Amino acid sequence: MTCNKVDKLTMSKISMEFPGVKALNNVDYEIETGTIHALIGANGAGKSTLMKTLVGVYQDYNGEIALNGQVLKIKSPKDAKDLGIEIVYQEVDTALIPYLTVAENVILEQYINNMGKKQLINWNRLYEESEEVLNKLNIKIATRKIVKELTLAEKQMVLIARAISKKCRFLILDEPTAALSQVETEELFRVVRELKEQNVGIVFISHRLPEVFAIADQITVMRDGEIVLQKQVGEINQIEAVESMMGRKIKQQQTIFKSKIGKKIFEVKNLSDRNKVRDINFAVHSGEIVAIAGLVGAGKTELCNALFGASPLKSGERLIANQPVHFDHPHQAVEYGLALIPEERRNQGIFINESVKTNITITNLEKYCQHDHFIDSRLERRTAREMIDQLGIKTTSEEVRVAFLSGGNQQKVVIGKWLITDAQIYIFDEPTKGIDVNAKNDLFELIKQLAQSGKAIIYASCDFQEILSIANRIYVMYDGKFIKEFLTESTTEEELLFYATGGGSCEYQH
Amino acid sequence: MQQEVAVVSTNTELTTPGKQHPRFFNYEFFYKWGTLFTIIATIAVFGLAIDGFLELNNILNILRSISIVTIIAIGMTVSLAVGGFDLSVGSVASVAGAISLSMFVWYCQGSFVAISVALLVAMLFGFINAILVVKIKIPDMLLTLATMFIYQGVALTYTQGSTISQNMVLPNGEFAVGKITNFFNSLGKIPWIIIIMLVIVAVVHFFLTYTKHGRYMYMVGGNIEAARLSGVDVNKYRIIAYLISAIFAAIGGIVLVSRIQTAEINAGAPYLMDAVAAAYIGLSFGGSGKPNAIGTFVGAILIGILQNGLVMLSVPYFAMDIAKGLVLVAALTLTYYKKK
Repeated sequence: MTCNKVDKLTMSKISMEFPGVKALNNVDYEIETGTIHALIGANGAGKSTLMKTLVGVYQDYNGEIALNGQVLKIKSPKDAKDLGIEIVYQEVDTALIPYLTVAENVILEQYINNMGKKQLINWNRLYEESEEVLNKLNIKIATRKIVKELTLAEKQMVLIARAISKKCRFLILDEPTAALSQVETEELFRVVRELKEQNVGIVFISHRLPEVFAIADQITVMRDGEIVLQKQVGEINQIEAVESMMGRKIKQQQTIFKSKIGKKIFEVKNLSDRNKVRDINFAVHSGEIVAIAGLVGAGKTELCNALFGASPLKSGERLIANQPVHFDHPHQAVEYGLALIPEERRNQGIFINESVKTNITITNLEKYCQHDHFIDSRLERRTAREMIDQLGIKTTSEEVRVAFLSGGNQQKVVIGKWLITDAQIYIFDEPTKGIDVNAKNDLFELIKQLAQSGKAIIYASCDFQEILSIANRIYVMYDGKFIKEFLTESTTEEELLFYATGGGSCEYQH
Repeated sequence: MQQEVAVVSTNTELTTPGKQHPRFFNYEFFYKWGTLFTIIATIAVFGLAIDGFLELNNILNILRSISIVTIIAIGMTVSLAVGGFDLSVGSVASVAGAISLSMFVWYCQGSFVAISVALLVAMLFGFINAILVVKIKIPDMLLTLATMFIYQGVALTYTQGSTISQNMVLPNGEFAVGKITNFFNSLGKIPWIIIIMLVIVAVVHFFLTYTKHGRYMYMVGGNIEAARLSGVDVNKYRIIAYLISAIFAAIGGIVLVSRIQTAEINAGAPYLMDAVAAAYIGLSFGGSGKPNAIGTFVGAILIGILQNGLVMLSVPYFAMDIAKGLVLVAALTLTYYKKK
């Protein structure tokens, strides 16, 4: 690089509030060009919020942002771009135009802006220039390829290339590795180091500690909207990082859920899917709540779908009551007594424009049919009412459309529809997402009752505190694999977080 | 993330539809019953303007004229219910009509054979549609557009581009000797043509509303992923829906040739767009917001009344489509206009 002048971006006393939540509290943060800064913290710690204030997505904050001591006014993402501050979000697909070529996605916007009065696009020049940008980072992607055909990792590269096609001084990568494989991650790191050589300042947001330690020069830990620790990489180890992410040594004793554990109901052997899940082995017993603890991108949802037959398996087998079962459609899973409460409630769980009644009876309509085909609407209505009472669903009648219920009540409807089946095995995928505290407590009571009545429960979540308060046994998932198994009474939130961030490789000392 | 949570938690108050939109009562009411009012208004206007419009004869005439559109549109309603779309219904009607008539005229067969062969071929066509849409995952609109051409071509090829009728001249120069049976003739006449239509509307209404299969179909149309994860055999019901769509298209085609006694080239094609219009006008009927048999029937009635009244008012046939299109625009406005 010709210019190796160090630029310094300073954020001082940044505070920001969302309704009811203090998202950022007097945060001071500084980035220099030519270095890699890791920003880590639990979900909701404020990492993304901090970066979004920097790139102009949020403008209602207090405090100031300065470049080399000069105060900046960043009022929109465009202002930030003009200053050379770029961000690559985790959802790469929203930022790319899928049916255009790599070259177009990398520089078209900029090329057209610079065309002035010229009317025709010089395609050869477009390809050459984009090729140059990619070459600068040693990225090997054909510029004429359609973006739709790229892998996730390649799409990320295209976005990074787009960011540096303009004068880019600071690049923020928001959880770039969450969905990448090992090899892809290494390739990404190579590019990131390349950028560092070219005097770009990089902020690297991640959940995965081993990666953070592998790539970053400096580590900043955020918690509850504040920066709690800032050290050079050599001065801190993974355990200290986890502890400061948690912010407390676990003091309060959790009430551990106990129930009568019966015989083995569901077992999985060497299960892998075609995507992320690799070599999963576990069993669930009657009356038992088994948690799958993992951070975003660990592969929990993929595993839940694979268990339920909603996504195809590559290898492995599922056993119910010690008998191997084969199915590759959810409707077959239902016949074997499985039930899934999916992560995306609105897209996958409920029929938003249908009544509570219709939503509840959908899983087992046969039961409310005369002569196998004709719906007995009185029986159906009565069942729906019973379920509404039993679960305490707040609705004026069973005919109200679920669109008018709150998130927590919608979730109860989703669970209610499985209670009317003869399901023995319940799979919950992040069931507390987007529901309030009271609804959460109701939900936990419900899940415990299910276990006490002899059902087997699989509970996947990234909230480890919740997991400790509900599960009998915990598997920690990282990068598609179960890397550790714990009994709830013999583990702590810290320990779960340590393994969930990939800390299995080094010895854990308490 | 935190913002999202905050928004959700402030929104936990339970609301009911009535409380939610008190100011939009008029809109809701109009949405539900607008089609009906339009029909009543149209009848009133034509009734005053035209002598004999409200006579029994003319009413039966209107019902007869809409019966074929209704039958085909009912099949389309079922494909719409699962969130699909079937553009090939007009062509399937042509094929079924040509086959059934050829069975009489060319092969001297009875009514049973004529009708069954036509239905079987239609089911095969419906099945081809279903497999290509459901298994190969071609978007329904594009695929049925393609098969629309194919089936139309099949009908043309089968009849070798000529109209099939009794005593027609065959390629070898002789006259065809086969006769259409009286039973088949009566299908296209009052009262049977109207009775067939009413029975089909009633049966499909019952099927969609009161059987578990209809319920599953609506669920698939409402949220296909949620239906799949609730254990509904989504693909099975999508396939069935395309089969039903083709069967009713075939019945429409059979009734059509029975009524006009000849199988003309592409006789079914003009019914496609009227059927689409009827089904979409029917969406809002009774506030269901979903494709439904009664609504589709009402939509067809509206189109039929307009057509009949405009003819009696001596509006030239070439201006007729303007009126039809305007009514469809009005109906779609009702369905898709979103309150701010």
